[in-house]
Amino acid sequence: MFSYAARRLASAVPTILVVITIAFFMIRLAPGGPFDQERQVPPEVAANLERAYHLDEPLTAQFVRYLGNVLTGEFGPSFRYRDFSVSELLADGFPISMQLGVSAMILAIVIGFSAGSLAALRRNTASDMAVMGVAMTGIAVPNFVVAPIMTLVLGVWFALLPVGGWGGINHAILPVLALALPQIATIARLTRGSMLEVLRADFIRTARAKGLSEYATVTGHAMRAAALPVLSYLGPATAGIITGSVVIEQIFGIPGIGRYFVQGALNRDYTLVMGVVIFYAVLIILLNLIVDLLYPLFDPRVRHD
Amino acid sequence: MPGTARQLLLGFLVFITIGAGPALAGGELHLGNGAEPESLDIHLSSGVAEANIQRDLFEGLIAEGPDASLIPGAAESWDISPDGTVYTFHLREDGRWSNGDPVTAHDFVYAFHRGLDPATAGSYAFILYPVKNAEAVVNDEMTALGNLGIKALDDHTLEITLNAPTAYFLDMLTHHMAYPLHRPSLEEHGSAWTRAGNLVGNGAFTLAEWVPQSHIKLVPNPHFHDAENVALDEVWYYPTEDEGQELQRYRADELDVSYDIPADQIEWIVENLNDEYRNFPYLGVYYYGLNTTAAPFADNVPLRQALSLAINREILTQRITRAGEIPAYSFVPPGVAFYQQQTMDFEAWDQSARNDAARALYAEAGYGEDNPLEIEILYNTSDNHKKIAIAIGAMWKQLLGVEVTLRNEEWKVYLASRDEKAYQVVRSGWIGDYNDANTFLDLFLSDAGTMNSTGYSNPAYDALLESAAMETNMVARQAMLEEAERIFLADAPVIPIYFYTTQHMIKPWVHGWVDNIKDVHPSRFLSVSEH
Repeated sequence: MFSYAARRLASAVPTILVVITIAFFMIRLAPGGPFDQERQVPPEVAANLERAYHLDEPLTAQFVRYLGNVLTGEFGPSFRYRDFSVSELLADGFPISMQLGVSAMILAIVIGFSAGSLAALRRNTASDMAVMGVAMTGIAVPNFVVAPIMTLVLGVWFALLPVGGWGGINHAILPVLALALPQIATIARLTRGSMLEVLRADFIRTARAKGLSEYATVTGHAMRAAALPVLSYLGPATAGIITGSVVIEQIFGIPGIGRYFVQGALNRDYTLVMGVVIFYAVLIILLNLIVDLLYPLFDPRVRHD
Repeated sequence: MPGTARQLLLGFLVFITIGAGPALAGGELHLGNGAEPESLDIHLSSGVAEANIQRDLFEGLIAEGPDASLIPGAAESWDISPDGTVYTFHLREDGRWSNGDPVTAHDFVYAFHRGLDPATAGSYAFILYPVKNAEAVVNDEMTALGNLGIKALDDHTLEITLNAPTAYFLDMLTHHMAYPLHRPSLEEHGSAWTRAGNLVGNGAFTLAEWVPQSHIKLVPNPHFHDAENVALDEVWYYPTEDEGQELQRYRADELDVSYDIPADQIEWIVENLNDEYRNFPYLGVYYYGLNTTAAPFADNVPLRQALSLAINREILTQRITRAGEIPAYSFVPPGVAFYQQQTMDFEAWDQSARNDAARALYAEAGYGEDNPLEIEILYNTSDNHKKIAIAIGAMWKQLLGVEVTLRNEEWKVYLASRDEKAYQVVRSGWIGDYNDANTFLDLFLSDAGTMNSTGYSNPAYDALLESAAMETNMVARQAMLEEAERIFLADAPVIPIYFYTTQHMIKPWVHGWVDNIKDVHPSRFLSVSEH
């Protein structure tokens, strides 16, 4: 298993290099630059800005310089948030996005998996319809609709929870809920589908035939197998959710890193975009690896020797 | 929900989150501030959100009062030479930095040098160009900064020499590019000098906390010369990018002042919170620029005028933008200092007279039913811009039969298209840098480069602005600027549409807020009562 992980990590290096190269040249291809504003600056001021950020050098030279910096762990200064380096912005924001994301993910797994299993076991009953109806609504109604409604009702009308900002548990309740809702829905649907399939499998019939109670059959055998598709889904989904959501962060005024994905690109903040892309790529590779390492625990057919 | 239950629950939440959120008590002001600051470095920032905070942290030679009028700042008094080019400032003896060091004339000399130094790469360096040799320094043509027109005659006397009498120079000195800097703290901390704990300012407040994307917290500077009159204990600035959510935070009393309001909720606000809603003219104009360097607008004044006449600005502001904007019939907004607003003749006409004139001019320009004008409007992504473009396109189509297409581009792509003049009609906006007509009119000088995005060029206009720049007699100068704008409006290289207004929500317990055209509200004059 250790050599498997090492092999996977080694093969990730060229992947990340390709990602860096493509991202670097793609963001430069986009029209406009980091210092273009409504108010045009005189040419000499623009030239000074470009020189200060090495934008006057040939693109290949900039690329080599950038790669060199990345290898030494330096992502450079942000072009938009000029008092901070990209590393500082990510280091400040990521723990917050991660707290939010992990809480939302745990909530989503617990509720989604239970609700999905319940729906499968009570297939075509009212509770199945109810769970799936709610799940479909959860998938269909976007965050930017649910979140403002929640803040209006709980924050403004009843004044139970803060509408925005970040500080304590009470600040986290609404954003975690808003972030978890679509995940709960997706996980519930995935679970229901795979559970239905598993319940028809031979080993479940065997379990029932040897006289196991329904409870033991489901918890001891069916659930573990039904979790597999959910587990595959969790790798990329967790990467996505713990790196923040631009919608949730803007609506609740949360200082995470989600907004940097979108704002960085819109501002042509070259260094920030690159930093975020690299960070995200590494995270996805790591989480996928973790999921693959967890697989044997759920499916004895998979082994990494 | 019953009051006691709510209090119990709140008490519980406070209990489980000890030390978490800010308590909303007297003496604290919580302000929505639009965007996360680009920088608190006075030479690197360029936006309004940054300027609001910097105004609390620093004080220039001249400061702004509650109504944005000019008041003595770090300088107690000043003398101006008869030819209007040499200003001698007498700094207050009791001026102190937030660490207790005295504020001296050398701090201003140092800051001006740094701001113009090409290595600093300040995007607003050009605002100091009226200072003698400032442009040469930015251009890297002058390595000896000693020739720059700013000198410390002694610790408390500062002499600034200008290229030409500059009527708006004192107003310009309120800009963040003209603040002083505390050299030892910059030299000690390098690029990290703006962090909380490092930043030394001479304003009424100092930086206590800066959590990017969350908040900036200021506390009073005990060494400020007017510290005894500063009422607030804490000032909190929040980035509020989403206006809808900003309004909700305001309604939940998490904000005392909002930066803006969501345009689509204006009716609800007027109906429910009208006493807290402020709407005031701003130093800015929303307009359509016409590319005068290419067909069909090059050398075709009648066509430009026809399109301007055909726009019903009252309908646009009352039915579409709906936030109290003022229909614009001039380029320089109303209320600008030392200036009488100049308007296009047809302001006084009703729309049907304007329509008749538009049709006649359209025909004169060589277009008609058989030969309709085909035109493209370029705008950047925004609901508001889109609605306005659709409405204007419909007005042109309906009245003149113009075939209009709309081109929507993402912000940075749009800026590149505009600056390369790859457009026919472009949605534009301009906010004045200082309270003077010059900040609006000098955009359209023939040699203004990309800033003159329409490519407008008229020697008579250029000559008037150049004479105005040299004129020391304010009355004569005003007449020249006004004549220049009349020429400009007659040539119609732009179609002014409306003047911006600033819109805020302000809680009844906030005192000292005075609406003004610069939308400047220094926190040192604000206070908060028990609520």
